[in-house]
Amino acid sequence: MIEVAGVGKSFTVRRRAGRIRRSRTTVAAVDDVSFEVAAGEFVGYLGPNGAGKSTTIKMLTGILTPSSGSVRVCGLDPSRQRTTLARRIGVVFGQRTTLWWDLPLRDSLTLIRHLYRVDAAAHRARLAELTGLLELGPFLDTPVRQLSLGQRMRGDLAAALLHDPELLVLDEPTIGLDVVSKATVREFLARLNSERGTTILLTTHDLGDIERLCRRVMIIDHGRLAYDGDLSRLRATVDAGRMLVVEFARPCPPISLPDVIVERVQGPRQWLRLPRTANAAAVVAALADRHEVRDIALRDADIEDVVARLYRQVGTLAK
Amino acid sequence: MPGGVVRVYGLLAWTWIRAAAQYPVSMVLLTFATAAVSMLDVAAIMVMFTRAPRIAGFTAPEVLFLYGTSALSFALADILFGTTERLGKHIREGTLDAMLVRPVSPLIQIATEDFSPRRLGKLVPASLVLALALPRLDVDWTAGRAVMIPAMVLAGVAIFSGLWVLTASLQFVLIDGHGATKSVTYGGAFLTQYPLSMFARDFVRGVTFAVPLAFVNWQPGLYVLDRADPLGLPEAARFASPAVAVVVCVLAGFVWRAGLRHYRSTGS
Repeated sequence: MIEVAGVGKSFTVRRRAGRIRRSRTTVAAVDDVSFEVAAGEFVGYLGPNGAGKSTTIKMLTGILTPSSGSVRVCGLDPSRQRTTLARRIGVVFGQRTTLWWDLPLRDSLTLIRHLYRVDAAAHRARLAELTGLLELGPFLDTPVRQLSLGQRMRGDLAAALLHDPELLVLDEPTIGLDVVSKATVREFLARLNSERGTTILLTTHDLGDIERLCRRVMIIDHGRLAYDGDLSRLRATVDAGRMLVVEFARPCPPISLPDVIVERVQGPRQWLRLPRTANAAAVVAALADRHEVRDIALRDADIEDVVARLYRQVGTLAK
Repeated sequence: MPGGVVRVYGLLAWTWIRAAAQYPVSMVLLTFATAAVSMLDVAAIMVMFTRAPRIAGFTAPEVLFLYGTSALSFALADILFGTTERLGKHIREGTLDAMLVRPVSPLIQIATEDFSPRRLGKLVPASLVLALALPRLDVDWTAGRAVMIPAMVLAGVAIFSGLWVLTASLQFVLIDGHGATKSVTYGGAFLTQYPLSMFARDFVRGVTFAVPLAFVNWQPGLYVLDRADPLGLPEAARFASPAVAVVVCVLAGFVWRAGLRHYRSTGS
C-alpha cells in the first residue's frame, strides 16, 4: 500500500543577516526514511513536534515533492499522480478542517461528492452509513463553524471517507478532543480497519491512540526513523522498567537507593523508577525501613514513559 | 479535458448557490448592496460628463460604451475567478493542503469558493451603462460591428481572468521565506507578510485600467466606433483581442503551475 525508500525532504530557510543580505541554511525535515505499509495495517506514526511527521504525511499524499528517494502509494507516485491518488486515499488534518466554515455539514459533504464525482445513489447510501456510524444526524444541517471540535472531527472523517478510500491518512485526529469524543473516534477507526479493511496511518501525540489502535508503531525523531516495529517489542527494547508511586506519612527528601531513580517529588508523594530486573519487594522493604509509608502503587511504565525514554536515547545517540 | 473542468466548476458553484439560497432575504439584500456599491463608479462617470460633454474627443455614449464593455468583462471575470486572490490566505491557514489532497485542481476549488448569486450584483452597473450607451451610439451598424461586441466582451473576460490568476499566483512566491520556516517549525510568524498579499489585490485593480484597456476594449472599441487609432497601430490590432486573450491565459496557466510546483517543493 505504501512503499517509502530512502526519502528525504530538506527546506531552505532564509534568515536575515544584515540589512538586506539573507543567509540560507538547509534544514533536513526528513532524512533517509524507509518503510513499507501493507494493505490492512493500522500503523501509528509518532514523534515530537518538528520531528518530520507532517512532512512525511505531506509527501505520502502528494502535497510535497520529496527532495530525494522514492515514494509509492497505492502503486502511484504521489507527487506526479496527485489527483489520481486523491481518489483512492482519504486525508484528515486534525489541526484544521477540510470542510467549509460557512456551509452546513450536509452541503460540505455535497461539495465533496462533486469533487470526487461520486454518483448520487452511492453518495446517499454511504452518507447514511457514515451518519449512523459517526452519529452525524443531529448536526448535519448545522454550519461547520458552529460545530464542537468533536462534531467537526466526525464530520471531517465522514468527508474523508465518502469516496470509500483504500488508505486513510490521519494527521493528529484526536488533538484537542474530550475523552468521549476521543473514544468515539477511536472506536470508529478500529471498526473501519477491522471490518472494512481500510489501511490506516495515523500520526499522533496522544499515546492512548497508539495503545488502543495500533499494532505497529513508527517513531520519527530529527527527521530519522528511530523505531519501526510492534508495540510490545518497543516496550521490551526500551527498558522503561516499572514505576513505583509511594506516599509517605510526611514530605521527605528524595529517596536514595541503589537502582532507583526518583522521577518526581510532590509533597509526601514520590515517583520512583525501577529497572525491570530490580526486586520490587526489597525496595518497598527498604523504604518502609526509613520512613513511614502510607500507600504504594506499582505499575508498568506506560507507553508515554517508553517513548520519552526512547526520544532521550535517540538524542544521546545523535550526539 | 476542459469540458470536465467546466462541469466541475458548474457543480461546485451550484452547490454554493443552493447553500446561499437557504437564506433568501440576506441573499437578495447582499445582491442589492453589491450592485449599489458598484453604481458609485457609474455615478462618477456621469458626474464627469455633466462637466465635460466630450472627453479626449469622445462623446458621452462612446465613453460609456468603452467603460461598459470593459466593466462587463471585468465583472464576469471577477465572478468567475475573483476569489483566487484568497490564495495567500489559504496558504497561510494551511487550507491549500486540504485542496491538494482532492482530485480537482485547487484553482477551481478556490474560484468556486463562496460562489453566491450576490456576485451577480456586480453585473448590474456594467449592464446598465451598456444599455444606456448602445442605443445612443452614432454608429453605422454592420454585422461585423454587432458581433464584435460580444466577442470583445468574451475576450476581455478571458484576459481579466488570466490576470486574476496571474496575480494570485504571485502569492505563491510572495509568501515564500516565512513559509519555508513554517513548515519546519509549525510556527506562526506568518501574519507579518500580510500586506504583501493584500498588495496583489490592488495590483489587479491597477492593471485593470492599464494593460487590458488596450486590447480588452480600446482596439476592438475603435473598430465598433469606426474611429482612427490616435497611435496609428495597424488595422490588425483591432482584431487581436482573442489572440491576446489566449496568450494571457496560457501565461497565467504556466505561472500558476510554476507557483504550485514551487509551493510543493518548499511547503510554504
